[in-house]
Amino acid sequence: MKPLLKVDDISSFIGPFHILQGVSLEVYPGEVVVILGRNGAGKTTTLRSIVGQVPPSKGAITLDGVSLVNMPTHIAVRQGIGYVPEDYGVFDLLTVEENLALAMRQRDKPTHNRHDEVLEIFPDLRIAFRRLAMTLSGGQRQMLSIARALLNENKIILIDEPSKGLAPIVIERIQKVLLSLKKKSTIVLVEQNFALACAVGDRYYIINDGRTVLNGSIDDLIDDTALQQTHLGLMPA
Amino acid sequence: MHIFVMLLVNGLAEGALIFLMAAGLSVILGLVGVVNFAHGTMFIWGGYMSIWVYRLTGSFPLALLAALATGLIMGVVFERFFVKPVYGKVTSQILITLGLMIIFTDLVRLLWGPNPIPMVRPPLLDGTWVFGQVIIARYRVFLIAVGLFVAVGINYLINKTRIGMVMRAGIQSPEMVQALGINIKLYFAAVFAGGAGLAALGGALYAPLVGSVWSGMGIDNQILAFIVVILGGMGSFYGSAVGSILIGLTSAFTAWFFPPLTAYSTLLIMVVVLSLKPEGLFGLAVRK
Repeated sequence: MKPLLKVDDISSFIGPFHILQGVSLEVYPGEVVVILGRNGAGKTTTLRSIVGQVPPSKGAITLDGVSLVNMPTHIAVRQGIGYVPEDYGVFDLLTVEENLALAMRQRDKPTHNRHDEVLEIFPDLRIAFRRLAMTLSGGQRQMLSIARALLNENKIILIDEPSKGLAPIVIERIQKVLLSLKKKSTIVLVEQNFALACAVGDRYYIINDGRTVLNGSIDDLIDDTALQQTHLGLMPA
Repeated sequence: MHIFVMLLVNGLAEGALIFLMAAGLSVILGLVGVVNFAHGTMFIWGGYMSIWVYRLTGSFPLALLAALATGLIMGVVFERFFVKPVYGKVTSQILITLGLMIIFTDLVRLLWGPNPIPMVRPPLLDGTWVFGQVIIARYRVFLIAVGLFVAVGINYLINKTRIGMVMRAGIQSPEMVQALGINIKLYFAAVFAGGAGLAALGGALYAPLVGSVWSGMGIDNQILAFIVVILGGMGSFYGSAVGSILIGLTSAFTAWFFPPLTAYSTLLIMVVVLSLKPEGLFGLAVRK
């Protein structure tokens, strides 16, 4: 089987800083791949490089065989990427309804059906439909951000730290949503919350100092406490 | 009372003119992030083009359309070839737009000469209405109507259309708008051109009010527009609307009641407002 998303040895700079110095990963259709690593390892920059916000200076990125390198962000995501950024990327001065409408790339029936579906998945958004996004809680903003990524017929969804800064009860809800998405979507998930990553992921990649250092199945990672300690700084329970 | 009504009309008419220039300047600053010192140039070119077309055709609507079209075309050209390469580089933007202002102001002098060119009001809009002791110039009422029409139009565009949604979202995070699959740079270009068109329209409407055009009128009005943008809150359309009315009324009333203060009244208003509200009247706590 061919990978849906292939990132091959990319290097990316932010200003003068050489953030990614050899990141590679492959994502196959229908799986949830988790990117793990310490703070500042280059996880977010990897996602931003995939969508063209931090264009790689070297290496290759292909989605379903189409090269994304040097593609402007708006064209790259139109190849079939839903992107949920670390800070939610919700527009404060737009209502929930407008945030969703802005994300709709088509005005066809399937898109409208998906619009109705996301409101079923996230009832909070239906309640706050006409409210400005600036009035939403952190958890609601995260839901809105994920909802926007689900509105289009995307091949893959990139989600950056969905649990960051959220209360445990909200993280539980996000986890449930991600598990429900797992059945029908291909997902790349950047996550610091190890429990959430393990609950949702099929395979993992560990990035350290801008390089992919390890990958494997999540089940193996759960069993390997030494590896967790070495690469993720996790202490044994 | 009659003095009050007349000053009110005069102030609102002046505010409408300032608004045409400030609205574009403010939205360009808010969405595109460009401090556009060439904005006043569109005002001048709008004025000169309208006179040229009016003398050629005798049609005031055609003259206004020609001014609007000139502004739009100049806006597209300026954005595409001069401003787009320096997005995100504030110092370069200031230098380039200042350079454009100097070049295109001198170009006006080269084409139409250094002396002011007189402009008469179209017959339909000339003259006054008299209500008892109240005398109101028809042209000023026309200016208020145009300003109101443009304000309602922009308000509709911003709040009821997808373009407006993109603009409001883009003011907060152009990068995230792109990440939704929207080509924000197209909107940047459209907003830049639209703002330039409005400024040119302002220039065309200004000429019959003061009776002439001259190459220095752009910078005079640009300074007022910048004051309005800062006063109203950078990037805020409502701020530019309220700020324009405030400045227009202040100028009119000060000129009548405290003539020596006229030259300083707008600055004084700005100082007072910014002392109380440093982000401006409708300034947002949203940072790019």
